[in-house]
Amino acid sequence: MALHDKDRIFTNLYGTKPWNLAAAQMRGDWDGTAAIIQKGRDWIVNEMKESGLRGRGGAGFPTGMKWSFMPKATDGRPCYLVVNADESEPGTCKDRDIIRHDPHKLIEGCLIAGSAMGASAGYIYIRGEYAHEAKILQAAIDEAYGAGLLGKNAAGSGYDYELYVHRGAGAYICGEETALIESLEGKKGMPRMKPPFPAAVGLYGCPTTVNNVETIAVAPTILRRGASWFAGFGRAKNSGTKIFCLQGHVNKPCNVEEEMSIPLRELIDRHAGGVRGGWDNLLAVIPGGSSTPMIPKSVCDDVLMDFDALREHKTGLGTAGVIVMDKSTDLIKAIQRLSAFYKHESCGQCTPCREGMGWVNRVMLRMVEGRAEVSEIDVLEQVTRQIEGHTICALADGGVWPVQGLIRHFRPMMEERIAAYSAAHAVMAAE
Amino acid sequence: MAKVTVDGIEVEVPNGASVLQACELAGAEIPRFCYHERLSVAGNCRMCLVEVEKAPKPVASCAYPVMDGMKVFTDTPMVRNARRGVMEFLLINHPLDCPICDQGGECDLQDQAMAYGKDSSRFQEQKRVVKDKNIGPLIKTVMTRCIQCTRCIRFATEVAGVPELGATGRGESMEVGTYVEKALSSELSGNLIDICPVGALTSRPYAFVSRPWELTKTDSIDVLDATGTPIRIDTRGGEVLRILPRQDEAINEEWMGDRGRFSFDGLKRRRLDRPWVRRNGKLAPATWAEAFSEIAARFRGRLGAVVGDTVDAEAVFALKSLMGTLGSANLDCRQAGEAITGTHRAHHLFNTGIAGIEAADRLLIIGSNPRLEAPVINARIRKATLAGLKVAYVGPATDLTYGATNVTLETDFLAGAERPMVILGRAALARPDGAGLLARAWEMATPTPEWNGFNLLHAFGGQVAALELGFVPGPGGLDLAAMMGGGVDALWLLGADGFDPARIGENTFVVYQGHHGDAAAARADVILPGAAYTEKDGTWLNTEGRMQRAYTAVLPPGEAREDWKILRAASAALGKPLPFDTLEQLRAQHPLFAGIVPDTALVAPPAGALSDLPFAAADKNYWQVDPITRASPTMAACAQAAQTPAMAAE
Amino acid sequence: MSDEPTSFVFDAEAEANIAKILPRYPAGKQASAVIPLLYQVQYQMGRQTGSAWVPRVAMDMVAERLGMAPIRVYEVASFYFMFNLKKMGRYHLQVCGTTPCWLRGSDDVLRACKDAGGLKGYGDSSADGLFTLSEVECMGACVNAPMLCIDEDYHEDLNYERTVALIEALKSGERPAPGSSIGRQTSAPEGGPIVLVEG
Repeated sequence: MALHDKDRIFTNLYGTKPWNLAAAQMRGDWDGTAAIIQKGRDWIVNEMKESGLRGRGGAGFPTGMKWSFMPKATDGRPCYLVVNADESEPGTCKDRDIIRHDPHKLIEGCLIAGSAMGASAGYIYIRGEYAHEAKILQAAIDEAYGAGLLGKNAAGSGYDYELYVHRGAGAYICGEETALIESLEGKKGMPRMKPPFPAAVGLYGCPTTVNNVETIAVAPTILRRGASWFAGFGRAKNSGTKIFCLQGHVNKPCNVEEEMSIPLRELIDRHAGGVRGGWDNLLAVIPGGSSTPMIPKSVCDDVLMDFDALREHKTGLGTAGVIVMDKSTDLIKAIQRLSAFYKHESCGQCTPCREGMGWVNRVMLRMVEGRAEVSEIDVLEQVTRQIEGHTICALADGGVWPVQGLIRHFRPMMEERIAAYSAAHAVMAAE
Repeated sequence: MAKVTVDGIEVEVPNGASVLQACELAGAEIPRFCYHERLSVAGNCRMCLVEVEKAPKPVASCAYPVMDGMKVFTDTPMVRNARRGVMEFLLINHPLDCPICDQGGECDLQDQAMAYGKDSSRFQEQKRVVKDKNIGPLIKTVMTRCIQCTRCIRFATEVAGVPELGATGRGESMEVGTYVEKALSSELSGNLIDICPVGALTSRPYAFVSRPWELTKTDSIDVLDATGTPIRIDTRGGEVLRILPRQDEAINEEWMGDRGRFSFDGLKRRRLDRPWVRRNGKLAPATWAEAFSEIAARFRGRLGAVVGDTVDAEAVFALKSLMGTLGSANLDCRQAGEAITGTHRAHHLFNTGIAGIEAADRLLIIGSNPRLEAPVINARIRKATLAGLKVAYVGPATDLTYGATNVTLETDFLAGAERPMVILGRAALARPDGAGLLARAWEMATPTPEWNGFNLLHAFGGQVAALELGFVPGPGGLDLAAMMGGGVDALWLLGADGFDPARIGENTFVVYQGHHGDAAAARADVILPGAAYTEKDGTWLNTEGRMQRAYTAVLPPGEAREDWKILRAASAALGKPLPFDTLEQLRAQHPLFAGIVPDTALVAPPAGALSDLPFAAADKNYWQVDPITRASPTMAACAQAAQTPAMAAE
Repeated sequence: MSDEPTSFVFDAEAEANIAKILPRYPAGKQASAVIPLLYQVQYQMGRQTGSAWVPRVAMDMVAERLGMAPIRVYEVASFYFMFNLKKMGRYHLQVCGTTPCWLRGSDDVLRACKDAGGLKGYGDSSADGLFTLSEVECMGACVNAPMLCIDEDYHEDLNYERTVALIEALKSGERPAPGSSIGRQTSAPEGGPIVLVEG
């Protein structure tokens, strides 16, 4: 059964209605916010735990547990909520819709989440390219301040809370939470070493929680409708609804909020008009944004779209950016372009990522042509293993997984390409 | 404390220590490039990866805090593979131009490649080429060799306090440099060469000069400021090729000022390499015998002697002994007329010690610019400020590389300090109110037997020993000013280049003993060629009064000789032979050479009037301060670069 | 370096924005405002010169205003891709070439930019000073791929012809409205939403 509209959280996902406060309130936002806050942080955190919500930014860490890491008592330092709106994972464009079409869900979520972690202020770090979205978000925040929903005694809750927008300026790495904090502090977005974790030492050296936009934006509805309502969707430990970004070689690309654990095929067929040329024309799918390894059609046939099902196939739900590739696709080129992306976005701090990403991309460029030795496929694989797990942050891991996925599922295609190239050039050499 | 097991060896380390520190304590060597114990932890090179029990991935030991009961493994397949992988990545874009790289033979990357590298490369792509940066006359850059460890950036920002280096761009395009080409404005820039683990930053003057295994290494002391930085002089074939700092936690940690490191090319220029005697108004080359006979004939009447700022204690003692046997009490070592008597050690020493800076909570600097006078001490002050030391200074506004408020002598800056500290610049004592300043500074420091926060900061390595040996007017003796203008008939200048020789009376017979043909030598009637600090065994006392020994790295040029020997020979020529024939016999004559010093009684200096004369700005020319540095082309280039930082980048 | 101006002063509009920006950060943490101030520089240069970029003297000005060492500002400005450290054309054509857009025809968008804009390729500026062409990484408009970002406007669901039309419009002094070039309702499927239609 597909998700009913009444169970969709983002009822203005497509911006068919205004984003403003009045319209948002019509949609149910800012309803009983004070009462929720007044139930106290323990209740809120517990309810979030019960809902089974896992972070929507890609890693899928349980949200309630993350909030519970914030210090219960203050040691004099303020606490901060930082919202990660640096949506930059190729294939992902869901937070953009939340921000431009339903900003009050995010703003209300910031207040409630902030109260649940004792934060005195929140910063929404939005990617620089979302200039128009940032303007809408700022305008919505201004509206909220004007209506007494932020600032002193926010929404009449008795809780004081400030909320700011901060624009990035073009760096995928700032989606990594500690790089984001560095960037927000006015530095290059270079990830910090952990420990210490942000909940202990985060923004300005203060306890900080960094959450994805969607994670925060769904919180008010969860708390209003109850943890069990949210937990009722999806499989165990994969609860809730989720915005999927369906793109690539589908007939009708779109964003859609669906139930977790929906079969991939149903998701594509029902909402995106099916694969271009029909399901049998499917070659492979990158299921959760560029960092998640691709799965071939055979897996796509019946895989469920949730954290655990995709993990079983050595990939992940990630950000739920579903990149569909039909049989016309040059998969090697598709993955090489991702390698170029990660090379471009490596911050340059750690040796394996700084040096390795360029190496991988250059080898991939030759693989696209077939200008390589078959043995170099193994070298390439080994190089990705040398990068993986050896850096401060996970960018490098995400950067090599697509290549590993390609080799895992489509190695014969790479070998054929190499054979074709050497055959062509042997002929040329002979002439 | 936390108990940590490293490769089966249990060690106890303080909580908060890093896994790397625990490994070192357990004797497990951890390769590293970005980690440097005196810099913040960057954790970026990934070479120090180790395995920690239950951790799914190898961890960077430099940054990972220990936990009680932790089990660390430094030599497992996981660790070796990780390090080999990192090494391969470091080398793929490294030029591997070791044969023409000045770092060769003392390169961390080269060394570690022996342990973790392969003999062939799997990298089939074009190597990265990075444009070299021009950051001034001292440091040569070959940025293609850079492994982006960021040590230099952290050194410049954290230790030198001159945030001019950075990493611009990102990913594999990240480049270390100043972005806008300019000479670094640090007096400590040579340390960048030492901390760079590869050949990206090397010594410009030392470029293509030598290989480390060709060098003879001699321990010595940098006397070109009063820090007493222990140094190693590297020589080959009787020539000084470079000077490096040694480590001493109490003195320099491991840093060194650029003046002492790079000015040695001045030791080969304008040298006095033979005796000279003035005949018919002109200096003419002479033999030692001729010079001594001239002295025997003319060093008569009312005698005086002045020693300079960089003279070794042995020579000072020999000259003082000679003057004593000749019956003269006209001695002085205070070439600028500083109001110091040498009577109470505590009045002329850096009493807290250099390391003691870190124990102070408030510091008032009076009439001194430690950044230019003693950059290594200044770095220690900066380090202390990062840990909470508050600093104020009396004098013209300046950038000391750390936050310091500009105050007046009337400001009650030290009030309430638990460990107040004053640094009084030696130059301040040369003011007309020098004595008053000394008394005031002492009073402000409120010395107690537990904590004497009064510190005098000297300018050169020979100044303290001369005071300690009492090279000041004896009873009834004349000081330097009184010896001028004909106050004496004959004057012996031992490396005394710190005052204007035109002040000397026209008819005064002048013997100049020293190593450089500077202004004082030009005034002399007899020149006796001496040895520079690199050319003799000698004893030095730094501004703390710490006794330090230096050894002969190279022989003095030509006919020049060690100064105590010259004085011993002169004493014979003058018919008053000194009672020592060896350095050991000389040293046996004075307890200072045995490290025995008189007790430091806490007696306040006599009060004196203060004037409202403003403090003069320190001479901005850090590089050219004495005959050696004035003769140094490298120091001249630095001085030039400082005037036109953007132009210096050719 | 010849394009580098010798001085930079924030204009009234920038100052008004800076006055709003700085209070967002706690006392002593004003370095946080470095990216916002660099934006102010770039916008102001665009207003004043028709070329939105960040000259070196302006970075020095930002450093001074925020109490930072200039090198720290240079680091930031060169780390973040959106700051142009060289003089730019009047319109910055940014083609997303990352896989989701590439799968949907970003090569055609690039070709259209080159053909219509008189551009040789990425990094090039047109002789008339109107355009500078850049390749950008995923802009987060993947379900509306392929896309071209003109300055800060996303133009989506493009093909060769519609991209040419966009650029021709710019040349004739128009400023086409951002959004889907085929009239889609933002990220809804072509033809209109099939969910959120109950009630």
